[in-house]
Parts: sequence; structure tokens; C-alpha cells
Amino acid sequence: MGAALMKTLHLNLLLAAGLLASLVASLFLGDARLTLGSLGDALAGSDDLPALLMRELRLPRALLGLVVGAGLGGAGAVLQGFFRNPLADPGVIGVSASAGLGAVAAMYFGAAALGVLVLPFAAVGAAGLGVTSLLLLAGPRASATTLILAGVAIGSIATALTALLMNLAPNPWALAEIAYWLMGSLQDASWTELRFAAPIVAAGLTLLALTPRALDALSLGEESARSLGIDLARLRLIVIGGTALAVGGGVAVAGAIGFVGLVVPHLLRPLVGHRPGALILPSMLGGAILIELADLATRLASGPGMPLYLGVLTALIGAPFFLWLVRTLPGRAV
Amino acid sequence: MRLHLSRVGFGYHGRAALSEIGFEAVGGELIALVGPNGAGKSSLLRLCAGLLEPGIGQAALDGTALSSLPAQQRARRIAYLPPDGVSAWPMPVRRIVALGRVPHLKPLRRLSAEDEVAVDLALAKAGIAGLAGRPFDQLSSGERARALLARALATQADLILLDEPTAALDPRHQLGVMEILRAEAERGALVIVAAHALDLVARYADRVLLMQGGRILADAPPAESLSQARIAEVFDVVAPGGITPTPLRLTD
Repeated sequence: MGAALMKTLHLNLLLAAGLLASLVASLFLGDARLTLGSLGDALAGSDDLPALLMRELRLPRALLGLVVGAGLGGAGAVLQGFFRNPLADPGVIGVSASAGLGAVAAMYFGAAALGVLVLPFAAVGAAGLGVTSLLLLAGPRASATTLILAGVAIGSIATALTALLMNLAPNPWALAEIAYWLMGSLQDASWTELRFAAPIVAAGLTLLALTPRALDALSLGEESARSLGIDLARLRLIVIGGTALAVGGGVAVAGAIGFVGLVVPHLLRPLVGHRPGALILPSMLGGAILIELADLATRLASGPGMPLYLGVLTALIGAPFFLWLVRTLPGRAV
Repeated sequence: MRLHLSRVGFGYHGRAALSEIGFEAVGGELIALVGPNGAGKSSLLRLCAGLLEPGIGQAALDGTALSSLPAQQRARRIAYLPPDGVSAWPMPVRRIVALGRVPHLKPLRRLSAEDEVAVDLALAKAGIAGLAGRPFDQLSSGERARALLARALATQADLILLDEPTAALDPRHQLGVMEILRAEAERGALVIVAAHALDLVARYADRVLLMQGGRILADAPPAESLSQARIAEVFDVVAPGGITPTPLRLTD
């Protein structure tokens, strides 16, 4: 037992170091070569160009990536534990799709032009609305299976309504704006977005951090977990509410970024002895690392006027991984 | 420790699963629930575990209604082993057994030294101390059953409820499980076990609750509950001479 604890601690320290390294990489690599001096100047409040670039572009973008990635990774780990299924991700309860619908509606109805934070607020509000209707639809005693089915239904409705708004888009530019936004990106990151998203994601992750013991007990099934004193109704509220905040807050500022919540917990699970509770913190760190590196890759790969979108890259890496994952699951080979 | 059920009834979707259930049991007893599929054994165990609330009637532990026991207190006093137990993740056996200590843990604290001792003891009782580090998915079905049994033992509960813990086990492990349950009763726990192996029940149980159609037909020592006439009535099979206790013994 002691050895296992040490191992988890080592893993977390290793991931924290990896996150620090990826943060440094995304601060200093890119079209403009910025130096440590420019970071110092930026923090000191200097207004020369490298300092401005660092302070107003690189730094908020790197930190926003950290926030979005931690939310996606942590929520993915908790959802997989809660549903006892390695294929679960924030998509299965419709959070990303609902948040996306809120954002697209704000763009479609022109509300997004009224203020920088109108769109994020609409997205988070829609995510909240989505999970509230999920909980109402599934009922107070819903099993995990009912919840997944209801979540997929909610997600499909949100996706269909998003498609409807795109269908009805008044002109190609509006359509393009929506389509690009949906691809997911950190390119518009600023301190405003960061100040909006960080507290929401942090609140969500705090809720999710309450779940490890219940998730461990849930490994044995719902009946065993209840017999061990776990209040499943309370757990369900915490998991769904926490996910809505941790993922919704990120989608609101960065668009829908797929596969991070699926892939990261799955990769790290064997390293924590498959314990769902012990997987949450490493998945937050791992999600943040993955987003940092993927965003760095999109910046380095983007040509002038031809940005590569973060959500596109994570899907390009994530989908083949997903296929491999399905093939390696016992008894589920395709 | 005293479990008391009086005139308990329970229904799913308007169909009665349990009716007029009444019995009383105290610590130290090993009670077997016997009856055909669908007789209500699992529902009765879940009801005793506090996982189902009686539609009518009373189910009480030491005079307190099960439904009014706080969840954590209930979980410390009652261990429940569901049928067809699994672990969703291939955690090491020791981790799974340690889940039996969840009701004893303080918020945000890890296993105490006392918890570790209880886990070691449960592993030893179930005869799987040597498998402690093995991932769950690398166990045979018999080893899995014993790992989950050890999880239930690790709680060190007063009332231990087991739904067919001997299903899918070979004769030696069936005997092994019944010996463990016998020992738990001897340390003072009330053990209630649903089982289909009538010769095992005849050998190990102090009392047999014979169930059919959601009712208790007989509540008596095995020789009486499992008489030729009762067996014919309940199972619709013939047992010439009645049920004899299994002659099998564990080798030393």
C-alpha cells in the first residue's frame, strides 16, 4: 500500500514537471523568438514589443490552455470512473454539445458582438441548462446507463440545434465564424477569457475532487457502493455539476476540444493501479500537458493566414487512438 | 445484535416480491436462505442490507429501523455481497479488499493502521493473502469470488449478507467459503447467506429460511426445513430420504 502511494506521488510530481516544461515550451517557442528577459520585462510591466507579446499573447494563451486541459482531463477521469467505462468522456453527458450550442446561438443572434464575455456566458449557461435537463430527464434514481442514454439524447439535440442555426446562417461569413469557433482554438486567448474561465473550471475541479473515494467504491457496482455508505444521488449531482463547470468553462472560451477527456485518463490509468479515485489529479495534469503541446503544435504548424485549429489536431490524434482503444478492450475487438 | 423483521412486504412495479416476511435473528447465527429462482431471496437480502425500503412492515437492527440508520453507520454494521460481483477496473486485490474499509474512513484520510490490519486479516481469512498484489482481471473466477468475499469481511460488520457466494465455485472452495462464514458467526456476527447447494446448507446452517413466492414457508433447523416433503413442495423435485449434509471435508 505504501509503495503504491509513493508511486502515485511520483507520477504526480513527474506530470507536474512535465506541465512546467510544456508551459515553458509554449511561452518561448513560436514565430517570435522570445527570451527569458522578455518574460521578466512582461512581468515588470514593460511596453516594448517582446514584453507585450509575452504578456498579452503567450502568457494568457499558455495559462488558458492549462485551465482548459486540466478541466477536460479531470472531468474525463471522473466520468470514466462514475460510468465505470473507459469510453466515457464529457460528450456522453452532452456538456460540450450544450455549451457549443449556447455559444453558436450567441453568435447567430448577434449577441456575441455586444461584449467579449457574452459568448462565454451563453456557453456556460447552456451547459448548465443541458445538464439540468439531463438530471430532470433521467430522474432522481437514474442508473448510469439511463444517464448515458439521456446524455447522448441531450447531446444529439444540442448538436441538431447547432446544425439548424448553421443551416439558417444569414451569410457565408456568419457560417464560417461559427464553423471556425466550433473547431476549437486558443488563438483568441486573453486575460479576459482567462479571468472568466479559470474560476469556473477551478470550481468544477474542486467539486470533482470530492469524488475519489466514492468512485473507488463504485468499481464494485452501484449496489456494493450503496452498501458501503456511498450516497449515489449526491455523487451524481457532484459529478454532473462538476463536469458542467470544468468542461463548460473551457468550451466557453476555447470551443469544443475533443478526445482529451477520453485519451488522457485512459493512458494514465495503468500508472495508478487502475484506481479511479487516484486517476483524477494525474489526468488534470496530463490534460493540461496535452493541450499545451497540441496548442504549441498548432501554432508551429500554422502558416500565415492559415491557422490550424486545436480541436482539429486533437481529433486527428485522438480518433485513431480511440480506434486502437476499442480494439484493445477485452471482448470488444472490432 | 438483533435483526427483526415483522410483516414486511415489498413490490416491484406493483408485483409483490416479498409478503408477510417476519423473522428474528441474533449475532452468532448462520442462516441460509433457500428457495427456487425468483422466490425473493435476493430481495430479502437487499432489504436486510437497507438497500430496499419495505413497502409495508418493519425491518429493524437493534430496535432502530434500517431506513433511519445514517448511511455510514449502516455501512459499518452491515456488509453486503451482491451476486455476480465484479470490479469494473483491474485493481490489485488488496485495493479491492480495502474498499471494505470505506465506511470506517474519515473524510480525506487514508487507511489507518487499524484498517490495514483488517484488510490483512480479511485476505488471510479468504485464503488469498498470496494474491494481494495481483490485478483483479488476472484472477480465476474462484479467486475473484474470494477476493470479493474478503472485501465484505474486511468491513468487520455485525451483520453479513451474502447472495450466492458459492455459485461458480468448485467443491473445495465451496467448503472453504462456508467454513469462513461459520467462523464469522462464531466470532459473533449474524450471517445470512442465500445458497442453492442444499447439502452445504444442511451441513453448515443453524437455521434455514425456506422461501417460495416471496414468502417464508419454513424457518427451522436444516433437518426440518429441508425435509423430503418441503423439498418436493418448493422445488418440485424428489429427494428420497431428504437432504443429507455434504460428506465432503477439507483436507488439512
